[in-house]
This record gives sequence, structure tokens and C-alpha cells, in this order.
Amino acid sequence: MLSGGDMLIRALHDEGVDLIFGYPGGAVLHIYDAIFNQDKVDHVLVRHEQAATHAADGYARATGRPGVVLVTSGPGATNAITGIATAYMDSIPMVVISGQVTRDSIGLDAFQETDMIGVSRPVVKHSFMVQKAEDIPMVVKQAFHIATSGRPGPVVIDIPKDVTDPGETFPYEYPETAKIRSYSPPTKGHSGQIKKAVEILMNAKKPIIYSGGGVVMGDGAELLTRLAQKLGYPVTNTLMGLGAYPATDKQFVGMLGMHGTYEANMSMNDADVILAIGARFDDRVTNSDVSKFCPDATILHVDIDPAAISKTVTAHVPIVGPVVPVLEEMLEQVNASKVQIDEEALAAWWKKIDHWRERDSLAVTPAEGEVIKPQQVIQALYKVTNGDAYITSDVGQHQMFAAQYYHFDKPRRWINSGGLGTMGFGLPAAVGVQLAFPDAIVACVTGEGSIQMNIQELATCNQCALPIKIVNLNNEALGMVKQWQDMQYGGRHSHSTYADSLPDFVALAESYGHVGIRIEKLSELEEKMKEAFAIKDKLVFIDVCVDPNEHVYPMAIKGGAMSEMFLSKTERT
Amino acid sequence: MRRIVSILLENQPGALSRVVGLFSQRNYNINSLTVAPTDDPTLSRLTITTIGDDRKIEQIIKHLNKIVDVAKLVDLTEGSHIERELLLIKVKATGAQRAEVKRVADIFRGDVVDVTPTMYTIQLTGTSEKLDGFIQALDGTTILEVARSGASGVARGEKILSL
Ligand SMILES: Cc1ncc(C[n+]2csc(CCOP(=O)(O)OP(=O)(O)O)c2C)c(N)n1
Ligand SMILES: [Mg+2]
Repeated sequence: MLSGGDMLIRALHDEGVDLIFGYPGGAVLHIYDAIFNQDKVDHVLVRHEQAATHAADGYARATGRPGVVLVTSGPGATNAITGIATAYMDSIPMVVISGQVTRDSIGLDAFQETDMIGVSRPVVKHSFMVQKAEDIPMVVKQAFHIATSGRPGPVVIDIPKDVTDPGETFPYEYPETAKIRSYSPPTKGHSGQIKKAVEILMNAKKPIIYSGGGVVMGDGAELLTRLAQKLGYPVTNTLMGLGAYPATDKQFVGMLGMHGTYEANMSMNDADVILAIGARFDDRVTNSDVSKFCPDATILHVDIDPAAISKTVTAHVPIVGPVVPVLEEMLEQVNASKVQIDEEALAAWWKKIDHWRERDSLAVTPAEGEVIKPQQVIQALYKVTNGDAYITSDVGQHQMFAAQYYHFDKPRRWINSGGLGTMGFGLPAAVGVQLAFPDAIVACVTGEGSIQMNIQELATCNQCALPIKIVNLNNEALGMVKQWQDMQYGGRHSHSTYADSLPDFVALAESYGHVGIRIEKLSELEEKMKEAFAIKDKLVFIDVCVDPNEHVYPMAIKGGAMSEMFLSKTERT
Repeated sequence: MRRIVSILLENQPGALSRVVGLFSQRNYNINSLTVAPTDDPTLSRLTITTIGDDRKIEQIIKHLNKIVDVAKLVDLTEGSHIERELLLIKVKATGAQRAEVKRVADIFRGDVVDVTPTMYTIQLTGTSEKLDGFIQALDGTTILEVARSGASGVARGEKILSL
């Protein structure tokens, strides 16, 4: 016999959860007491509920297992919304448990009452309001099933306080399966469609594989790599898909889209066949005017979500299904196919791509004297960590530089908020990653703007003794905003600078019990980075003063085709 | 193009708001919406009429299908179907108009279900188009109140929407 609170924690344990991120409050006190009374499910106390969701999210992205969050009602619940929305946009499996006022006070504007089901509705995959304690095991089972299957996403469980009352106990049994008759995500692709796609793919003259976050989240990276290498075709990844194909391999043409490489975007634009897999033709890829998007391409689109197919760009061959079984079947059919790839055409295609590559769109022009370019910091980071770190990021120029210059060879190493673009994501996400992999190198590439959105998590890092390395590309500005203002608003920097009011990040880090290092000169960049990463047992805040005038290039020209880009402040295609 | 989508929805708290929320969230139109339990008390039947081109309708249907509480759905307008809506309308009926209103109601096979010395309450069922036609035919009279149920429908023949 268990109380509702005990049942909840027990059910989490039975579901395989050993770590949750949360913040207590009145409506969840029974649950916190249940946590106190056991030792199977660990709890990490964050300093803001938004950080709990990002930490759980980072944990989920790095491990593939669902992240779990516990927050109180009212402000605790609403604080979690940004993190839930972030996870929703990037299809991250997450279960968020929110306290609610007691059943008899729901609807009475009780203290700390918020309609969490209503507030979260547009940004969750599904949600449950627990009506009675006996329902807890099945609700938990169903919530995890929904969060982790099909196109993953966040699920909210809202629990009225009296449901977790320690004074009332019930028999407990954790269900084997979640019975949801109205929910049946696809388990494999349509063989006929796959056959059709393989045929087109093998007859292509100028093919490209465009893969996205779905391949990372669907654990399809290895199969994708095998398929691409079997075919010998070029591969581009979206911002969310980095690591799904090894970035240092010669078939990789870089990230595509708004800040994609010249060769990736040119190849897309010129392609005759595009295999889009686990990608959703987001406007940051297609550059908003879809009528100009890849005019000659036959589009083969694999996605687990039927609604993602032909949403913006019409697919000629849609395939709905999880990436792994679809890729397996594709590989089988490619191996069995009698079609000979036109090697001559492919060689000509590669020649063209290599010509675009020669443009070297990510070449870094060093600044004068000791001024550090932000790109050089990422290059140094890559070198110092041997390209083998988990990199979390915030949102802005630093994020794009990290994506462009840290060459991810493995999936789940690049952890960023792609869909929602949530500043403040990086540090709490790093908390989740470091807790999942205590011995791994975890670096958070951030900007002085973003880091201040969840800076309080330095305290969590201290409490949990997390040796995260924060790499702050300090350009003394909301750099990405400033770049747009430079390019589209005549250089009028409306509310995007604050150089006179920045904190001393080194002192700040130290006051939270960490190590702070400031890097101001190019000549000491690598050496000091090495020094920072040599500190294995402490968080190091590396505050790097970078060129405040740098822009991210290439940059897509608004409303243009994929081939239309600015390549520097003075050049365009 | 006008479409009629019929949905079997889990009879769960909040399920309806997920469906309605989807329409506002994704900027889709709802022209009418009816909902009531079915013979199976765990399922509600919802009928939504909406307007959009094929691409939009395809998206609406895909997104509706993604809602966990949506058990099954069908676009009735894809095949031949039967559609009915109920109209209750109060019209001013005095003097010579009394007979005229009654005559129009008879033509449309409407029933006068309530009377006062100055008005009629008329009940009419049919397709939404027929109801529109009736209201238009009453153009010359004073319409006091209109209550329409929104369309409900089923496919013709042996096609059945059930679990
Ligand atoms: C929560 C939130 N608010 C606002 C924005 C809009 N925004 C995008 S990038 C950016 C500037 C980020 O500044 P910083 O973190 O210093 O990064 P930088 O671009 O300078 O590298 C802003 C304000 C956002 N993405 N997220
Ligand atoms: Mg900045």
C-alpha cells in the first residue's frame, strides 16, 4: 500500500528513471517528502524551473532517455513553460510533473493555481490531469510511452496536491504496457514507397542527402552514414542534425540553411534528387520563399510525423516511418538493386561540389594584433577537446560559430535549442549532460547575453560539483541582433548593446565557488583554454573577449533561393 | 472548399480544447462544430466544418490525427455523405406576414414548433445549404433569433466510422 506521492516516485523508478530535475513548492511537498524517503530516484535542485526543463532536455538529448522534471503549481509550472516549448519544438522526450492545487479548490482561483493543462496545451505532445491516486501508475506509464514513441515530445502530468496525500494509501502495481487505443505511432515505412525512393535515389545525377534532428533523436546516425557511404553521395546536416554524419568525413559538405556553408547550400540548390530524412524543411533551411527552393529537385522525404511531410515543401515521395527501420530497408534495397549508379555523373557532381568547396566559405580572416575572432575560439575549443566534447550552446552568433567550427563526428554531442531558439538553454542543458556523463568533457558555448538568462545555475553546478566548462564569447552585445541591425536597419543598434553594465564574469564565477579565467589576447587563447580544460574537477568560466564587430557568414539573403547568400560584409553570391 | 470532418474523440477532460486549440493555434477556420457522446460513453463524436484548399485540409487532418485523444477521423466530403443541421428560428409573424411565413416554412418542410400572437418559432433540418436558403427566403420578414446546431454527418452506404 502506497500513498499517491510514493506511487509517483515508485512508478518513475519502475519506468527506469534515476534522476529528476526540480524545484519544490506547496503543491508538491507530499511528493518531495516521498523523494526524501527513498534512494532510488535522485533529484537535482535547480535554481529556476526553466533550468529544470532545460537540464532534463539536455539529459534527454545526450542520452536518448526521457528527461524528467518536477515543479510546483502556479509560478513553478509557468516558469517551466519556456523549457517545455523548447523541447516541443525540437521533439525531445520529456515528462514534466507539475503540482496542482487540491481537487476541491480547482477553479476557485486558489493560491498558486494555474491551469497548467491549458497553459501548456500548445507546447506539449500530450498532457494528463490526474483525477485520483489509483490512476498514477497508468498515467505515468502512458506519459512515458507517449513522450518517447513516435515523434517524441514533452508530456505534462498535472497532479492535485491531495492526490499525493501521505495519509491515504492504495495498492500499487506498475502496468506492463500503456494501453492507449487512440495512439499508434508508425513502426515502419511503406515498402512500396521506399522502393520508389531508392529507385529515384540510385538514378540520380546530382543527389544530396539532407538529414536533420530526427536522425539524431531516432538513433539513425550509424545507418545513415552507412547508406551515404554505400552510395557515395554528399551529405548535409541541419543545425539539429549535426553529428548524424561525421563532419570530418569527405562526403560531408557542412551544415545547410541560413548560416550553412556555401557548398551545402549550392549543392542543395543544384541537386536533382534530395533525400530529406528526419528533417522538416524549416524556414531557416528553405529561406522562407519555398517557391525558389531547390527548383530542379525530386524530393524524397522520410519522417516519422506525417504532418511534417509536404507542410512547406511538397514531397514527391513521402515516407512516413521511424528512421531506423526505413534506413534499414533502404540499405537492403540499395544492396539488392540492379540499378547501376551513374558513376560518371556522380564524379562530375563531386567536381562541381569541390569547386564550391574551394570558395572556403568558413575561412577565418584573423583580426589585427591581439584581437580574438569568435571563430578562433571555437577552433581552439575543438583542438583542446580533440573534437570529442559534448557541446551545449545558447542562442546567437556564438551558437552559429559553434555549429560551423566544431566538427561533430558523433550524434548527441551537439546540444542546442534549434526550433525555439531559447537563450538561456546552454548552461542548464550542460548540467543535464554532465550529470548523465560525469566523466565526459562538457562545454557550454555561450554569449554574455544568453548566459545571463540562467546564470543562477552556477549555484546548481556548485552544489552538484559539475566540472562544466563555460566558454563565453563575450562580444559585449546581443551580437546576432546587432548583426541584423547592421545588415537590415542601417546599423542602428537599438537596445542590443550594454558594454558599460556587464558583470565581471570571472569574479561572478568565483563568487559561486568556481574558477574564472579571462582571455583577452589571441596569443594566449590556446594556452589558457588548455589550462582551463586541464582543471578536471571544477567548473571553469572562460570569459573570452572577442571582436565585437564580427558577423556570422555565410548568411542567406532573405526571400532568395538557397544559392543566394552573403559571404562576407562585402561579398554576395 | 468547404469540408466536413467527423472525429471520434476520447471522452476525456480537455480533449475538446485540444481540437479547438489546434484550429486557433495553426490559423485554421472552424465554420461549425458539433459534439456529443456516442453509443459508447467513452467516445464523443465531433463534426467540424472548415474551409481550405487541399493542402490546408491535408494539414488539418494530419494534425488532428496527431492529437492523442483523437481516436479516428474521416473527411466526409471525400465521398458521398449525408449531412444534417438543425435550425431553430424565431420570426416576427403579424398580420399578413403570418401566413407568408407559414407558407415559406411549408415549402422548406419546416415545422412551427411554438407560437405567440406575434411570432413563430420554426424548426428545420437539412443540409447547411438548405438552412441558408430558408433564412434567405425569410428575407422580407423580421428574424428575431437564430439557433443553428452546426452540421453533423455520416458517410453514405456501408462505410462506418468506428473503432
Ligand atoms: C529568450 C530569448 N530572447 C530573445 C531572443 C532573441 N535573440 C536571438 S540571438 C540574441 C542575442 C544573443 O546575445 P548573446 O547571447 O550575447 O550572443 P551573441 O549573438 O552575442 O553571440 C537575441 C536577443 C532569443 N533568441 N531568446
Ligand atoms: Mg554577445
